[in-house]
Amino acid sequence: MPALPDGEPVPADGSLPDLVTRSADDATGVPSSRSRFGVYVHVPFCSVRCGYCDFNTYTAAELGGGASQHQYATTALGEVDLASRVLADAGLGHRPVRTVFFGGGTPTMLPAADLVRILDGIRSAWGLAPDAEVTTEANPDSVTPESLATLAAAGFTRVSFGMQSAVPHVLATLERTHDPARLPDVVRWAREAGLAVSVDLIYGTPGESLDDWRTSVEAALSTGVDHVSAYALVVEPGTKMAAQVRRGELTLPDDDDQAAKYELADDLLTAAGLSWYEVSNWSRGPEQACRHNLAYWRGDDWWGIGPGAHSYVGAPDGDATDDGAGVRWWNVKHPRRYAALLADGRSPGAGREVLSRGEAHLERVMLGVRLAEGLDLDVLDPPGRRAVAGMVARELLDGAAAVRGRAVLTRRGRLLADTVVRELTA
Amino acid sequence: MLPIPSAALSERIQPNATPPELIRNFCIIAHIDHGKSTLADRMLQLTGVVQPRDARAQYLDRMDIERERGITIKSQAVRMPWQRGEEPYALNMIDTPGHVDFTYEVSRSLAACEGAILLVDAAQGIEAQTLANLYLAMEHDLEIIPVLNKIDLPAAQPEKYAAELAGLVGGEPEDVLRVSGKTGDGVTELLDLIVDRVPAPVGDPDAPARAMIFDSVYDTYRGVVTYVRAVDGDLNPRERIEMMSTKATHELLEIGVISPEPIKTKGLGVGEVGYLITGVKDVRQSKVGDTVTSAQHPAAEPLGGYDDPKPMVFSGLYPIDGSDYPTLRDALDKLKLNDAALNYEPETSVALGFGFRVGFLGLLHLEIVRERLEREFDLDLISTAPNVVYDVTMEDGTTVKVTNPSEFPAGRIKEVREPIVKATVLAPSEFVGAVMGLCTDRRGQMEGMDYLSEDRVELRWTLPLAEIVFDFFDALKSRTRGYASLDYEPSGDQAADLVKVDILLQGDQVDAFSAIVHKDAAYEYGVKMTAKLKEIIPRQQFEVPIQAAVGARIIARETVRAIRKDVLAKCYGGDISRKRKLLEKQKEGKKRMKNIGSVEVPKEAFISALSSDGSGGKETKDKKK
Repeated sequence: MPALPDGEPVPADGSLPDLVTRSADDATGVPSSRSRFGVYVHVPFCSVRCGYCDFNTYTAAELGGGASQHQYATTALGEVDLASRVLADAGLGHRPVRTVFFGGGTPTMLPAADLVRILDGIRSAWGLAPDAEVTTEANPDSVTPESLATLAAAGFTRVSFGMQSAVPHVLATLERTHDPARLPDVVRWAREAGLAVSVDLIYGTPGESLDDWRTSVEAALSTGVDHVSAYALVVEPGTKMAAQVRRGELTLPDDDDQAAKYELADDLLTAAGLSWYEVSNWSRGPEQACRHNLAYWRGDDWWGIGPGAHSYVGAPDGDATDDGAGVRWWNVKHPRRYAALLADGRSPGAGREVLSRGEAHLERVMLGVRLAEGLDLDVLDPPGRRAVAGMVARELLDGAAAVRGRAVLTRRGRLLADTVVRELTA
Repeated sequence: MLPIPSAALSERIQPNATPPELIRNFCIIAHIDHGKSTLADRMLQLTGVVQPRDARAQYLDRMDIERERGITIKSQAVRMPWQRGEEPYALNMIDTPGHVDFTYEVSRSLAACEGAILLVDAAQGIEAQTLANLYLAMEHDLEIIPVLNKIDLPAAQPEKYAAELAGLVGGEPEDVLRVSGKTGDGVTELLDLIVDRVPAPVGDPDAPARAMIFDSVYDTYRGVVTYVRAVDGDLNPRERIEMMSTKATHELLEIGVISPEPIKTKGLGVGEVGYLITGVKDVRQSKVGDTVTSAQHPAAEPLGGYDDPKPMVFSGLYPIDGSDYPTLRDALDKLKLNDAALNYEPETSVALGFGFRVGFLGLLHLEIVRERLEREFDLDLISTAPNVVYDVTMEDGTTVKVTNPSEFPAGRIKEVREPIVKATVLAPSEFVGAVMGLCTDRRGQMEGMDYLSEDRVELRWTLPLAEIVFDFFDALKSRTRGYASLDYEPSGDQAADLVKVDILLQGDQVDAFSAIVHKDAAYEYGVKMTAKLKEIIPRQQFEVPIQAAVGARIIARETVRAIRKDVLAKCYGGDISRKRKLLEKQKEGKKRMKNIGSVEVPKEAFISALSSDGSGGKETKDKKK
């Protein structure tokens, strides 16, 4: 993960600013617009660090005393306790959790039993909604039929495999160590365990040809998954790959190559019966979409557990007040510091920002427009609405959707979403 | 050692009461960093004008920029007492600007003197500009005293360079005085030599007063301070004076000499050098080269040699932040008070917004003005590539003066005339071929070549000024490993086969990139500029052709392909704040975009496209390192 944003300090007890709190005796209770609540659990461990990865993750060798993997579930449950208290104090304590997402790192570096313990802690803190979606990311080489069955039995409903590519030289450049031949097996095991399955793919790796990419997409589809995420490789500063590019050891593909690969993926996935529901995500139907991620894009509340995790709680009426529209905060990055703060009874929050009305508006447009359901044009301010017609003419926005009152990206618009957002918020 | 004359002797050299035969007026001709200021400081100390503990290094260079760049922009005159045998003398040291751009000011300073010290670094030998000023001094019939400085340096080669100087000014190498401004060695002898060799000034004390202005400086507190050399008659305080070029009259509020601070006197007699204050606020009312006379008893004829400063090089100056335009206007108005050669007119560029087309004496003048604007007025500026003035005659006989390439007329052109210069290049003989190749590439005509010494050559060429203002000096330095030096002076104009190359973005002309070039160089300019712009213009939502055109004919073309992708692929919980901030920054960046037609170009692109050109004949201490 890149450097944390700048922000104001988080109170030591982790308490939320007044603008998002509801008094316990407020007759109206939590308004429906803010009733949705999810939990993200960050697991900051990997067996090796991949050259392109800028996530907040550590190998066993990089960590020492106080933050080791076998203590992590206990530490994370400490933050669940804190979150439970803080939300209760803010009058937001009784919302069942609709989605849980274990990301990393590699969550499956932890024994399945540890993941189950954390999920159990979340369930006892807030309760899980009856149809709750519980996802874990997984490396194809860190699961077994048994571990997947354990997770399913404990309430996990979905697994997302970090496949990235089916082509050995691409995986080697990414420094992924798994055997691509293993993927069909792990997908089958997961499905046999009753889990919904998604795979993640990366396109635009140095040295990857268009045919390599076609091979990877087709390999993913051949496993029969109902959900695919495909991301353009972004070389973040500070990663090993950034250094390799700087030294000329690797040559990055240009944006045109990435655009061509996006279009190829969209063609292949669509032909296989999947459809896009977000710029980088395709599913067989609305039921197979990742509801946890949808919650980010729809502006729901979530609590991020774990080092470097971000959280967000919006203002109770779901819209901006003069004090602000919501609060986002982020935890300290290093697992040792994270563990120490919690052990000390203090919030692991490193900083927070109270979103102004304008910032909240920009985020709402920026996130909403990424979705196939699009953005309600009524959300836009008058200059933004006036910009819509021009963008329809330039084939960035879908004309029929605009007539129905929604800003929905065309395929060209999906690739130029930043331009669209800038013009809708100009 | 008693350098200061006794009180009795001092009585005989009081200002306004010194017989001309006890006056010596001299200047120092030297290349930058050959030690002129250090030598001047040493003379001020030895003559007792400045006490050692008061000595401020480089006393005569007043402005910060001068001190930093080691160049003297504005000359001054200091009066120093000196005793030779039983006689007291008043020595007036007139400081001269050392650069090619200020040839006219140099010539006026020289005209105020009877002698010149030719000061040359004993480790470096003479440089082209010094040589040019030496020739100028010889034309003024000045007595030349050749001096080698910095003889204390381990790298000094006094024998070699003494022979070179003797060859240039006549005489024997052993007659060349060797001094060290730093240690003071030889400086007493030099002061004696000035008395012995420099002729006393000659003038008619009974004729109507005539004094020549050799410098004019704006002072915040005093208004314009005018430096003059009295030739005939006597100027007196409380007398009205007349500027002979304009017939304007002014009250003479104060008259005096500098030694080294201003000292009021009762007047200035024949041969004396001093200053006048009249209360005017603009150096244009007190012009270098003009003749000052008495308003009551005016002289019939002015002294010769007056000329209006003529700008040779033009450049557009634009504030990077458009809201700084009024600040730039006020800043130019202020600088103008002290710079008679600076002129400017408001100009609007499609690409750069509001700014000024500014005329300069040359490239150093441009650099100095730009640097002062940025430093003293805290402005961020873009300057367009410097260009010269063209006289265009149309088929129908009308003529147009072009100071901005984008104003070059369309239609049937009969003739284009461009300014030319006589250039002198001094270089070690091993680089003669390289220098000739460069000058030939730049459309030069060889005029002659002489050996100054066994291994140093003087090459004389006629070159179009436009070829020098581009990047000639940098090219010369790189082809001669830094050993060549350059001087040039205007030498009229010539007809040339010149065309205007326009740069078009999506069919729209970008005025800031238009250039007037020789027909044979048009293609190269077009290819270079379109390629450069392709690198720096960000991709748009549509394809953007970049074309170079002469008239309607396209001579080069590049294409910026349409952008196909700008979105970051991933945007989950931990990405949102960062992503929002990125978008906010992009939106902020949009405000710094200029629209050329429908193409958005960041201002930085203009800066980088314009700034990599130009940088011509500036020569400062930095450059020599």
